[in-house]
Amino acid sequence: MPNPPNLPPSEVTPEDVFLNRRKFMKTAIWVGSTITTSSIYQTLKPAPKVENTGKDIVVSASPSKSIAPTDELSRFQDIAGYNNFYEFSTQKSAVAARAQSFVTKPWTVQVGGLVQNPIALSLDDIMGMEAIERIYRFRCVEGWSMVIPWVGFPLSKLLEQVKPKDGATHVAFESFFDRQQMPYALFSGIPFPYLEGLRLDEAMHPLTLLATGLYGKTLPKQNGAPVRLVVPWKYGFKSIKSIVKITVTDHEPVTTWNRANPREYGFYSNVNPTVDHPRWSQAQERRIGETRLRPTLMFNGYGEEVAHLYDGMDLRRYF
Amino acid sequence: MNSLRADSQFHRHLILVNGLIPILWIGMDGWQGQLGANPVEFVTRATGILSLLFLLLTLAVTPLRHLFHWIWLIKQRRLLGLFSFCYAILHLLAYVGGDRGWQLLSIPADIIRRPFITVGMISLLFMVPLAITSTHAMIKRLGVKQWKILHRLVYIIAIGGVIHYALIVKSDFTYPFLFAIVLTFFLGYRLRLTS
Repeated sequence: MPNPPNLPPSEVTPEDVFLNRRKFMKTAIWVGSTITTSSIYQTLKPAPKVENTGKDIVVSASPSKSIAPTDELSRFQDIAGYNNFYEFSTQKSAVAARAQSFVTKPWTVQVGGLVQNPIALSLDDIMGMEAIERIYRFRCVEGWSMVIPWVGFPLSKLLEQVKPKDGATHVAFESFFDRQQMPYALFSGIPFPYLEGLRLDEAMHPLTLLATGLYGKTLPKQNGAPVRLVVPWKYGFKSIKSIVKITVTDHEPVTTWNRANPREYGFYSNVNPTVDHPRWSQAQERRIGETRLRPTLMFNGYGEEVAHLYDGMDLRRYF
Repeated sequence: MNSLRADSQFHRHLILVNGLIPILWIGMDGWQGQLGANPVEFVTRATGILSLLFLLLTLAVTPLRHLFHWIWLIKQRRLLGLFSFCYAILHLLAYVGGDRGWQLLSIPADIIRRPFITVGMISLLFMVPLAITSTHAMIKRLGVKQWKILHRLVYIIAIGGVIHYALIVKSDFTYPFLFAIVLTFFLGYRLRLTS
């Protein structure tokens, strides 16, 4: 091999400088790569910092303590830090942070359809309803569950005010949706606004709640502020968040998950350990805060109260 | 020559330490109860994604070597592959111990009835012979040609891994889609090289 031409010896980097530069580079790569790897982990790690900053709600004595589960309440940080709210993120631990800029004031809920007295409820109207506390089990279709101390009022109270007309059979619900406030909704893979529905008798059932708070204070935004549905014997996705519209109808309304994947999510979606989701078993659940699995209860443990609603129905077909 | 060896040792240590960082963090956070509301779900998802990530890094070696002439990368491929395997094993443990709560009898039914578990198990099973034959001694014993043919299983493993991920997602396919695009690019690049 011929020597490269005309390089004077003075151009050669002295060996100690060369080695020092290499050492420096290596140190830089060590520090840079380990910091990068650690920070990638830290950003993906599910540790949302949540505080209960809601306003206190005055709760009248709860008439139905008897249906409260004897299990321990889930921690506030878990209830408010682990949310399925696809408008903000499909990562349950990322919702809390992204929902903080969500504007929930002013707020109006349109209640109409097949009713005698359609009304538009303001936030004050909603918060003016007599509030009760209800401790319910909450079972997500994904296989985890919590125990949540909700504050709110029975949906039936509201429906009695608007008076459904003869021939009304169902109630449809619609969530708030605003592309500007919810830009990540684009990646969720489901259409918005989020829609849900109940049969009229399910909606009128005393267990069915419109929740305005939890742990004695107004709802955190990530939990569906300012007002959401809670149907404790159905999978969590039926309990639609941040409601803007309630419509009484004479037909089974379209619901979001049923439309997205009718084979996996039925209209009823009653908690049922004997009917598996096509991709996972529903026989057991992981209670958030516990490591062991516990058996899932029929109708999430509310069979005594609600089983009669489904007398004579094939619950495998109407899942 | 000495400095070359020192370099490849440096590369190896770099990959080793960075590959272990996530599991060290998970261990530390787990110890302190800092893994969020549903630690089982997080650890299962994290180890699965890490396994796929190292698998894609393994497959990135050939294209990167060709595109940027990073010849040194080839020496690190085995380590990347073994990391993918280790995280897959941890993923399996998270599923068996965490998700199934050591109810071993419930697993065969799961494998049969749930396509995403079927696909994942097949991919993991195919990883075992590749991990076992990853040593120099095994390459010699098998012969380079046979060894190369056997290790083409990695393509099936990777495709299976991405399908496994896509099948468990409820509706947001962003991440499985990104993995699929990167994998397609690497596989396509390889096909062009061989043709």
